[in-house]
Amino acid sequence: MAASSTARSFLQVAATEEVVSPLRVVQIEGLVILKIIKHCKEFSPALVTGQLLGLDVGSVLEVTNCFPFPIREEDEEIEADGANYQLEMMRCLREVNVDNNTVGWYQSTILGSYQTVELIETFMNYQENIRRCVCIIYDPSRSNQGVLALKALKLSDSFMELYRANSFTGEKLREKNLSWVDIFEEIPIKVSNSALISAFMTELESDTPVTQCDYDRLQLSSNPYMERNMEFLIECMDDLSMEQQKFQYHYRNLSRQQAQQQSWLQKRRAENMARKAAGEEPLPEEDPANPIFKPIPEPSRLESFLITNQISNYCNQINGVAGQSFNRLYLMKALHDN
Amino acid sequence: MAAGDLTVLQFSTQSTANLTAKVHPLVIFNICDCYVRRPDQAERVIGTLLGSVLPDGTVDIRNSYAVPHTESAEQVALDIEYHHNMLVSHQKVNPKEVIVGWYSTGLGVTGGSALIHDFYSREVPNPVHLTVDTGFRNGEGTIRAYVSVNLSLGDRQLAAQFQEIPLDLRMVEAERVGFDILKTMAADKLPTDLEGMEVTMQRLLALIDDIYKYVDDVVEGRVAADNSIGRFISDTVAALPKLTPPAFDKLVNDSLQDQLLLLYLSSITRTQLGLAEKLNTAAQIL
Repeated sequence: MAASSTARSFLQVAATEEVVSPLRVVQIEGLVILKIIKHCKEFSPALVTGQLLGLDVGSVLEVTNCFPFPIREEDEEIEADGANYQLEMMRCLREVNVDNNTVGWYQSTILGSYQTVELIETFMNYQENIRRCVCIIYDPSRSNQGVLALKALKLSDSFMELYRANSFTGEKLREKNLSWVDIFEEIPIKVSNSALISAFMTELESDTPVTQCDYDRLQLSSNPYMERNMEFLIECMDDLSMEQQKFQYHYRNLSRQQAQQQSWLQKRRAENMARKAAGEEPLPEEDPANPIFKPIPEPSRLESFLITNQISNYCNQINGVAGQSFNRLYLMKALHDN
Repeated sequence: MAAGDLTVLQFSTQSTANLTAKVHPLVIFNICDCYVRRPDQAERVIGTLLGSVLPDGTVDIRNSYAVPHTESAEQVALDIEYHHNMLVSHQKVNPKEVIVGWYSTGLGVTGGSALIHDFYSREVPNPVHLTVDTGFRNGEGTIRAYVSVNLSLGDRQLAAQFQEIPLDLRMVEAERVGFDILKTMAADKLPTDLEGMEVTMQRLLALIDDIYKYVDDVVEGRVAADNSIGRFISDTVAALPKLTPPAFDKLVNDSLQDQLLLLYLSSITRTQLGLAEKLNTAAQIL
């Protein structure tokens, strides 16, 4: 009896699904950060991508290594080459005991303009194979200002469901209470290093009280950066207004179609009255073959959401840089007064 | 050994007189990571160094990868095919990085290293051998670079000697990232813009305090005056642009106004976005 009861409980245990704990923190090794920076900086301003390798442990996603992807040519044979390269690299790294699981990918960006449909598609591709994946975005243009612009992103679950259903109408969005803020989730990043590395770094660090980072931060000229940010912002506003116009057009069409439907219905009803008076069969009140009854598809809101995300990103960046500039200006003022 | 025919042991030093090597911090990180992950029976890790040779002759070491090897008392076996595969893969990403040498962990240069160095010198004319002491045997982590130099007696080649060359370990990129992140074993979060600004200003303040103290000490005779430092300080103070107060105020206020304008613009944009969002999704289709 005991044996069968334990067997049953084992089956029960095997049958219950593991509860997936939500991803709370991404833990990156210093090695990965340096590799990403090196790769992105070498090829900037071109945008580059690479693969992240690591382990998925509970609510922490550990990223322990990465390797860059070669620049992809738009050629069919090189596509297969790219897949070969990936397999080759994973195999070689496996031989030296590097963690072999893909946990995501990284890409570089310019001034934070990374919210595109391709990003979402790549996410969906990865999500099919891996339970938890993350995308790390690095902005090399901001490192000239002394800021380490590294972000870990994940698509929110509710958004992913909607995307799979491929329906972005207003109804569905209101149902799920999803707004443009909910598309991407940013996950906090923790940095970890092995003891050996931290011993080496502690020793090799030059003892200067001021580092290159500080020089970059205290630079007074932030104008070119702000100008570029504003340019991108203006372009995005243009895109957004185009999307709004698409919506307006759609609404106008919709209301026109409804007016047409109403008038047709009335005509039908009048006809039916006439027929009833004449003693004939009333015609049906609906006519699915009539083109004015064809439902007009509502344009997808995905683009406008993405653009909105980008705009808010630019705004945040402007705010951040403006804050820094205030600091610097007041510093200059104080120095000069002295 | 005929009398009057003295042969002299020669070190050929001309080619290596001004050879220096520069190592990027990524390489050290890579080596340490490979060492930590080495298979249990291996005592040390061996791998290839990638980089380029700068026009002034300095060897710039930028990247590295480990190569599996087996080592016993008499012989060393290196997985050459793995080495070539990795090289090809790395060059797909960055064709400019070529082999410039090899590394091994451990303090000194052993007998087996000579064989490996021989193998690498068949690939590259003058490979650099980097040793990274992960055992901290001297009480500190020593990183040394060597090149092979031929010892010849008269016309005959006797042996090759590993000669040390100066190594440049300045880490500009690591500084950019922030040593605090790379030094500790766990950093809880990356510093945001304003926190970084705060740290920088504190450092600046500390520097200015130091200078004040130094000048005070010199004036009161506690510390001997060093003319060159004095000149540096006076140059620095003179580097502040000489603007009349109104002109300077105008400059600062103009910049302040520009920044405020941008802030205002971005706040308006965000309000607009919030409104548009509400309107878009709240519109009911009748």
